[in-house]
Amino acid sequence: MAVERFPVEASHIMMFARSIGDPNPIYYDDEYAAGTEPGRVIAPPTFAQASAQFDPDYFLRPKIGEPWFGSGKNPTGVVREPGSGGGGGGGGLHAEQHFEYHRHVGPGDVLTAAVRKGDTWEKESKRAGKLVFSESITEYRDQHGELVITARSVGVRTEKPVEQ
Amino acid sequence: MPLNAVDLDVGDTRTMVLTDDLTRTQIVQYAGASGDYNPLHTDDLFTREVAGYPGVFAHGMLTMGMTGRLLTDWFGDGRLTAYGVRFVNQVWPGDALTATATVEAIRVDDGVHLADVSVVTTNQDGKPVVTGSATARLDP
Repeated sequence: MAVERFPVEASHIMMFARSIGDPNPIYYDDEYAAGTEPGRVIAPPTFAQASAQFDPDYFLRPKIGEPWFGSGKNPTGVVREPGSGGGGGGGGLHAEQHFEYHRHVGPGDVLTAAVRKGDTWEKESKRAGKLVFSESITEYRDQHGELVITARSVGVRTEKPVEQ
Repeated sequence: MPLNAVDLDVGDTRTMVLTDDLTRTQIVQYAGASGDYNPLHTDDLFTREVAGYPGVFAHGMLTMGMTGRLLTDWFGDGRLTAYGVRFVNQVWPGDALTATATVEAIRVDDGVHLADVSVVTTNQDGKPVVTGSATARLDP
């Protein structure tokens, strides 16, 4: 996801750490963090994914005044084209995620995220039919233009819902 | 908390119970914090009737985030240089998840001591849901 401005904020980090069930005070307690090696509150390793909050076009967030594909009166708020692919609801499923950390970010950092497409490949699977994989690479840079995190994400569109 | 290379051996392993009963509310919390509001994770009606799954399931990134705690608790805050996973099976509300990390290599790269670890998170049936690897910086 391309993001022009991703301000890393203390309360966002705290909420994110809570949501992944991690009670480590490095994620919310300034005083504690001052006595650790990083010397300040830092974000958990997978926090960069929350840049979605700052992507104005992120398709998995309802937009004010626009139909949403989740349920309300009806199971979905949008009419889907036949053959638009099953199994993923909005945009397929997440197959892989990889992060390289050049520096760990914390409150006060203001990041940008630039995305480029990687490889695309197909595979046949017993449980979900034809799988179409697509890779994207996101470079997160800080307020000084320094590369802080490189992320590689692989998404998969399945022909049908994954059999359980 | 940071580990010394001399105190770590290939084959060393750590296990952590991440949850014994994953709640729908935690999945909602993750949706809110991460910004990923895909209805597949929080909207049972949509997920059953439109997407064709038996019910809502967790974000892969939630399991990756929960699994990361094992690595940061073991190797220290801000010590990871890489962390990557594959999402190999879905995670459902009510699942019990256990993560295990194993040291695969200890090496020096450009004067920096590093540990390469493999990581796997399994559910209550012993089925892997996330498999991956990470690299952490060590003290000499």
